[in-house]
Amino acid sequence: MAGSSHDSARRNNLILAICVAAAVACLPLVVKDVYIQNMLVLTLMYAALSQSWNILSGYCGQISLGHALYFGLGAYATLLLFTKFGVLPWFGMIAGGVIAAAVAAAVGYPCFRLKGHYFVIATIVIAEAGLLLMLNWDWAGAAMGIEVPVRGDSWAKFQFARSKLPYFYFALGLALVAWIVTWKIEDSRWGYWWRAVKDNAEAAESLGVVVFRSKMAAAAVSAFLTAVGGGFYAQFVSYIDPESVMSFQFSLLMALPAVLGGIGTLWGPAVGAAILIPITEVTRSYAGGTGKGFDLIVYGLLVMGIALGRPEGIVGAPLRARKRAKAA
Amino acid sequence: MTAEAVIQSLASGLLMGLIYGLVAAGLALIFGLMDVVNFAHGEFLMTSMYAAFGLYLAFALDPLASAPFVAAAMFVFGAVVYLGLVRFAMSASANAGMVQIFATFGLAITMRGLAQLLFTPDYRSIPHSWLGGKTLKVAGIFLPAPQLAGALVSLAAFGALWLVINKTDFGRALEATREDAGAVALVGIDKKRIFALGWGLGGALVGLAGAVLATFFYIYPDVGASFALIAYVTVALGGFGSVFGAFAAGILVGVVEAGTAFILPASLKYLGIYALYLLVVVLRPRGLFGSL
Repeated sequence: MAGSSHDSARRNNLILAICVAAAVACLPLVVKDVYIQNMLVLTLMYAALSQSWNILSGYCGQISLGHALYFGLGAYATLLLFTKFGVLPWFGMIAGGVIAAAVAAAVGYPCFRLKGHYFVIATIVIAEAGLLLMLNWDWAGAAMGIEVPVRGDSWAKFQFARSKLPYFYFALGLALVAWIVTWKIEDSRWGYWWRAVKDNAEAAESLGVVVFRSKMAAAAVSAFLTAVGGGFYAQFVSYIDPESVMSFQFSLLMALPAVLGGIGTLWGPAVGAAILIPITEVTRSYAGGTGKGFDLIVYGLLVMGIALGRPEGIVGAPLRARKRAKAA
Repeated sequence: MTAEAVIQSLASGLLMGLIYGLVAAGLALIFGLMDVVNFAHGEFLMTSMYAAFGLYLAFALDPLASAPFVAAAMFVFGAVVYLGLVRFAMSASANAGMVQIFATFGLAITMRGLAQLLFTPDYRSIPHSWLGGKTLKVAGIFLPAPQLAGALVSLAAFGALWLVINKTDFGRALEATREDAGAVALVGIDKKRIFALGWGLGGALVGLAGAVLATFFYIYPDVGASFALIAYVTVALGGFGSVFGAFAAGILVGVVEAGTAFILPASLKYLGIYALYLLVVVLRPRGLFGSL
């Protein structure tokens, strides 16, 4: 971890990220198929979401299986503000992010005292409570959900009926922002504190790390980005209901790319999403049929295989090998 | 709000609570034994319910009669899941906690997909069971017979479990492994064998619960999900790994659920359970009976 090689590794990462983003931005020049464009949007969105999840769960080590709450808050805040008060989705997404960050802090205040499985189950329980409340909140559409009223294609209102490309570029931007936030934080004081908290909270505390505040900060950043993703998703699919944005499944879908790619790594979520989402989308459309379950079987086997075959994730493995090589 | 209505609500909460305890027992047992949360627990339950349903279709066996067979089949299934999957997840070289979560979660998704493929997503129910639709009236309180039978099965199962844990060699080996898995190897106990039997026993318990639930609950591929969350909450409330803590917590959860449904709209009845969980763990971060 000596100064100069560390700095140059970080610079190389940034250059690589910009090159990858530029290459992805050029994809629509060759990919004209709407189905594949749709898949690309989802892949980028999950890369962004998983990157956000990774901040709290990967770097800070507080495994959350309740991020659907923040995702749903973002989606609902954006659509409710637009349909009820005419607030443009851009501001709605930011508002959703702020609300989600506040909720994450409020939730974290009691819950960050909990350890291990007690914490994980608390995150699930709180998200389920949110889902239950949304299902019963008539003003917000209850179980029926809400639809985006069609106002014609425009960037201001962030809706595009004719083309997927604007969504594609926004999702790319979001994924890039989430990556850069992670990249920036990784080398900041917070980043070191988070990893210290993850490795051994007691030891970190005794060395002067403010453990509780570290966890709160990680939760707020993570929830904010997740909610912006939720707001984007609401505009993209133009109809939401509680089950479709706040269910437990979503919490797991957000976590999986990071777990597959390498939890607590800079590139893990993006690599994981790039592999996982196309596979799931393709199996869903070609083998899924009408609720036949093939897609679930393929997906489940994939998850099991990854968990057992690559416990450190795709990106995690070469890092370990490199360390071993260095030690030799 | 008469006293009778309150007692009625408490009584049905108590019956459901005993069944929740039975649903959670296997999860608690496995967690206590080896620190693994089985995220496919709900799908174990779903499989048991389909097994009871299948035995009803094939041999016109009432779920209460087929319960021992379902439990035996689930014993084998539990042991196979340990030997074929969990054993490897536990020896993962990195992120052991996440690997266990996602290995069992992947199993859950696969099982759900298989259920959809084999049985379609349709809701099924057992139309003519011995107790279906019958109620018992005791001192002005109506007790639905299927739930009452379920509660009795739960009591019997916990009684038997107590005997197994306290009075048999296997039970003592289970307790010893739970306390110190490393040390038991020194006295010649095969840790892996105990783990496999523990998963078998956990499977058998959830098998009983599934057969009981099949008498009065709809059977469909996602049925495990809602019960699983209640089971996690129950196990955590009881203090992870304490089987008899899960028993007590199950009763508490059932009563709180019934109480919530009494005060709030029935669609919000789980809210009381969630609030109970958060309240308890915030005040006592090891659950009610945990001794961490």
